[in-house]
Amino acid sequence: MLEWIGLLPAFPLAGFLALVLTRGSLPRRIAGLIGVGSIGLSFLLAALVSIEFLGSGLESHTQLLWTWMSVGTFTPGFSFYLDGLTVVMLLIISGVGFLIHLYSTGFMADDPGFARFFAYMNLFVASMLVLVLADNLVLLYLGWEGVGLCSYLLIGFWYDNPANGYAARKAFVVTRVGDTSMAIGLFLLFQQLGTLNIQEILTLAPQQWSEGQGMAVAAAALLLGGAVGKSAQLPLQTWLPDAMAGPTPISALIHAATMVTAGVYLIARTHILFELAPSVQLLVAFVGLATLLMAGFTALTQRDIKRILAYSTISQIGYMFLALGVGAWSAAIFHLMTHAFFKALLFLAAGTVILSLHHEHDIFRMGDMRRKLPVAFWSFVIGSAALTALPFTSGFYSKDEILLAALAHPQYGMLLWLGGVLGAFMTALYSFRLVFVVFFGRDNHQEHASHDAHHVPGAVHEETGIAMALPLLILGVLSLFGGLIHVPVDAVFAHAEAHEETHPSQLIHTVMILVPIFGVMISYLLYGSRPYEKAGQHLRTQILNSPLGRFLNRFWFSGWGMDALYNFVFVKPFLALAQFNRRDVIDQFYTALAELARISNRALVLTQTGYLRWYAISLVGGLVLVIGIGVWA
Amino acid sequence: MIVIWLILILFVGGALAWASEALDSRLPRVTALIAMVFSLILVVMLCLDNSPDPLSPGGQWLILEKWSWIARFDIFMQVGVDGLSLLMLALTVFLGLIATGAAWHEITERPGFFYFNLLWTLAGVVGVFTALDLFLFFFFWEVMLIPMYLIIAIWGHENRAYAAMKFFIFTQVSGLILLVAILCLAYFHFVQFGRFSFDYFELQNVVLEGRFQMLVMLGFFIGFATKLPAFPLHSWLPDAHSQAPTAGSVLLAGVLLKTGAYGLIRFAVPLFPEAAADFAPVAMTIAVIGILYCAKLAFAQTDIKRLIAYTSVSHMGFVLLGVYAWNIYGLQGALMTMLAHGLTSSALFMLAGGLQHRFHTRDMGRMGGLWAKLPLMSAMALFFSIASLGMPGLGNFIGEFLSLLGAFQVNQVATIFAALGLIFASVYSLWVIQRVFHGPYHTPHGGSEPARDLQEPADLSRVELLCYGAMAIGLVWMGMYPQTFLAMAEPTMTFLLESFGEVLP
Amino acid sequence: MPSIPYEHGLILAAILFVCGLIGVLTRRNIVFVLMSLEIMLNACGLAFVVGSARWGHADGQIMFLMILTLAAAEVAVGLGLIIQMYRRFHTVDISVLSEMKG
Repeated sequence: MLEWIGLLPAFPLAGFLALVLTRGSLPRRIAGLIGVGSIGLSFLLAALVSIEFLGSGLESHTQLLWTWMSVGTFTPGFSFYLDGLTVVMLLIISGVGFLIHLYSTGFMADDPGFARFFAYMNLFVASMLVLVLADNLVLLYLGWEGVGLCSYLLIGFWYDNPANGYAARKAFVVTRVGDTSMAIGLFLLFQQLGTLNIQEILTLAPQQWSEGQGMAVAAAALLLGGAVGKSAQLPLQTWLPDAMAGPTPISALIHAATMVTAGVYLIARTHILFELAPSVQLLVAFVGLATLLMAGFTALTQRDIKRILAYSTISQIGYMFLALGVGAWSAAIFHLMTHAFFKALLFLAAGTVILSLHHEHDIFRMGDMRRKLPVAFWSFVIGSAALTALPFTSGFYSKDEILLAALAHPQYGMLLWLGGVLGAFMTALYSFRLVFVVFFGRDNHQEHASHDAHHVPGAVHEETGIAMALPLLILGVLSLFGGLIHVPVDAVFAHAEAHEETHPSQLIHTVMILVPIFGVMISYLLYGSRPYEKAGQHLRTQILNSPLGRFLNRFWFSGWGMDALYNFVFVKPFLALAQFNRRDVIDQFYTALAELARISNRALVLTQTGYLRWYAISLVGGLVLVIGIGVWA
Repeated sequence: MIVIWLILILFVGGALAWASEALDSRLPRVTALIAMVFSLILVVMLCLDNSPDPLSPGGQWLILEKWSWIARFDIFMQVGVDGLSLLMLALTVFLGLIATGAAWHEITERPGFFYFNLLWTLAGVVGVFTALDLFLFFFFWEVMLIPMYLIIAIWGHENRAYAAMKFFIFTQVSGLILLVAILCLAYFHFVQFGRFSFDYFELQNVVLEGRFQMLVMLGFFIGFATKLPAFPLHSWLPDAHSQAPTAGSVLLAGVLLKTGAYGLIRFAVPLFPEAAADFAPVAMTIAVIGILYCAKLAFAQTDIKRLIAYTSVSHMGFVLLGVYAWNIYGLQGALMTMLAHGLTSSALFMLAGGLQHRFHTRDMGRMGGLWAKLPLMSAMALFFSIASLGMPGLGNFIGEFLSLLGAFQVNQVATIFAALGLIFASVYSLWVIQRVFHGPYHTPHGGSEPARDLQEPADLSRVELLCYGAMAIGLVWMGMYPQTFLAMAEPTMTFLLESFGEVLP
Repeated sequence: MPSIPYEHGLILAAILFVCGLIGVLTRRNIVFVLMSLEIMLNACGLAFVVGSARWGHADGQIMFLMILTLAAAEVAVGLGLIIQMYRRFHTVDISVLSEMKG
């Protein structure tokens, strides 16, 4: 079975080719069947492979398909590497991917680009599988860029709106900044270690570099650059909220469950490099902390349901980075998995709401959806509970592990822990704000809808079919009980993680359980409670109207002004420069040269009067001059 | 003999195409097609039977032949084919076929003379890629320019006279400098060995004193860098490309630019290893400036052909970078970039030509949202733009990655700046897609709906689809299994490196 | 017989040459220009003859004969052209004919 892992990305790739080459001429049923079926086959195979691999007790398995290129000593192969970490990622990608594909058959049912959608989705899954299976960094880079491309294509899927195109390009270019940093990292690693095979790097690096040595720090920092770009961490997080322009299943699959966690995977995969560079590893932790707080505050002020979820994704990946930064590798992967479950669930449920309200995104135009969309409601509640890390949901276990690991950090333990707890509080606040505003309260949709001509007043679609409900159900179960799954990554990080059993005090535990609950309660007071509705509203307006509140609201709403900053520092000058030198100064130089020739030509033309006398005089003059020079010189 | 046959087929085919116009105006393109197919068959035969000539120095030559030509000055008809030449020949005849396909429906005016020029340009290029006598090399160097000049000047667009003249002056002046450098070298052979020589192998023995070697090397460099084109010498290219007919752009971008790069690898470095080593940092700096500067310029263009032309300059910067890194990664990367860029830029120019054919404008502001009406063409444009921005899995990535990998061994700072070019490449490539193919549908005929008397623009014709399909397959092949190409060039590259030392400090 | 010093002959030739040159440069009537040219040619001829007398060598005289024939031919062609010119432009003023200016 293990030698068949080459087929894992081959199924979706074949699906992609089939859908592309038929150019949308297939009937929807067949196109959907190919799109979903190819991922289903991948998932089945992934499951079988995982069972066999975990049962065999092997530490790893490598499968060389063919030598990609062989130049000098640089011989990366199309070669797949399987270990516990890969198994986890494979199952998440193909499993969650399959559910989201299934959901999409319902969500996209009426879209004219149905086949194109599934073609891109299949290509995405194929690239993502290559990314996690790659045994060398070049092949990983192939998957890495491939998922970026698909992300671009799918964000801009509804291409006739230029805003979507802008968001798509922004996503691609901003992540490419990170990718370029990563590419330079690859060059550096190859120059220093002479190989890009991940396992060889991980063995060679500790032999060649001592801890904290310059090259190790540089390599780790460059890889980190790639990771923050892909995973939308500070300072390259600005693309993810805009990326919500794509269809909602895309946001669930690419911008929540899988692609954006590739950065976490990369760091976990090359964790030995980061251990060799403690300063960079600490930087990872602080990047995570800063991001999770920044995004948490921002999420609190957004109105667009998908942007709230996007900031929440940024924030949760911040937790994963925090975990990576304190060396809690398996906790990061654990949280990656649970996050994939509950965030996919939240996005898909949000998609149901959005679809039923004719692509309405503003949460203050929703409300009271609880009775109309019961499945979406319960999914949302479960997802939010897991996101908030309420006790005994999956998110609780993973976040708990991360925070405890952060606390155990020798230098900055308390700081990191407090930040994380504050983040957890914010998470509770914004996620239940979402639940209360959308599903409780007054139905704001009807009154707003009546103002919009193109809305049929009050029409709320029924929740559609089993294809959309089943994935919600399965993801709901996983979000609740996914915390019981044990991620089989111990062998991967065995030599890295010191399992000193720290025994944090009872107080710490209590705080970590109580803080989210406290957050939910405040959220309830502000947004959800019927009895205190007046009071809540009053409080909200008071907060918003105080000068500080107004400033913070605007500041956070704009994503801490990062977009404006980048616009000002990078985009505007680049555009100005491009506009200023549109006609190539170098070319102007040559034009000037040509102009000079033309002017001198005109000057010489003046001597050509056409009068014989003039020619004769110049003849004589020349003669006299020459003779004169001959006589006197 | 096979090389001579190849050149003869093209020369004679060109003459026949011109003559056949008198019979029927559709005959020239058929004649040209037949000539191209025959040359393709010859090159494929060469590729299949690539056992090296046992007598060749270094053992990497597949063919090495020599006849007397102008005996008084020791000028010989000396031709040779090694893996590097063979790959370039394959690219040449392949793109020659594509160019014929591109011209198939487009050229209606004086087709006989057009195909004559097309085939003679190709004959010149084939000669350049095979000549091992520097005089013969220069002869072919000129042969490929003049027909190209005519193609731009006669069948070009609105500003063709200016563009053709600019192209001609740039190439002619640089060609003159190259000629002077060649003659210097021959003269010094006379001084040191008592007779003239233009023989590539013999000239390698000429010993030049430091400063002078640098000067002669610069002569070669300027000759080739203009053709490449490298940064300050690039300004002929946007004009020539934007004015040339589609087939002309295909040949220019796909093939003619590669002669510059080939010249650098084959002559400029091996003939003057020490001077080239001293010059390498400068060349790499030029390359980096070219990559960034032209990427920025590309972004600012509104004329789609001009934009693609600037991206060509930007991409050729990677070739220059790879060549002057002068290690196996850099050289192989330069080679792969040449091959892949040959296909992508040709395809992009064909797409631009196709747009101009359909909408009679090259201004990107005047079209948009074409995906809705031209899905096939848009998908192709997307594919080749993606290839051009260096997506892994397609040929350009292999080239750029290896070039940068090689350059990083030698010059880290330059490489880091060059890598920024990857970001810019994504900016301008996606910008083209956005402006032309995405967004709301509109065409120069006004409004979102075409006027009634104008028919809907037609999607790709069968000939076009065939061309794009072939190029797309080529790119995927290069991206997924570049070993085919790398292995062919490997003996040549290792020989060059072993004989002329790595520039590595 | 006291011979004339050759310097005198040369000075006379120079004066004649300059006279002719001034004529070529200043006259507007093309017939006079042609006549001035003849004077210049003959001045050259005189210089040759003087030289030949000075060195006692026949080359100069041969040159003079050649100049003589040349001048004759030149006059023949020149006058022919002048007649053509007069027929076409109805003038013999060379200032009118400046079509060759750049």
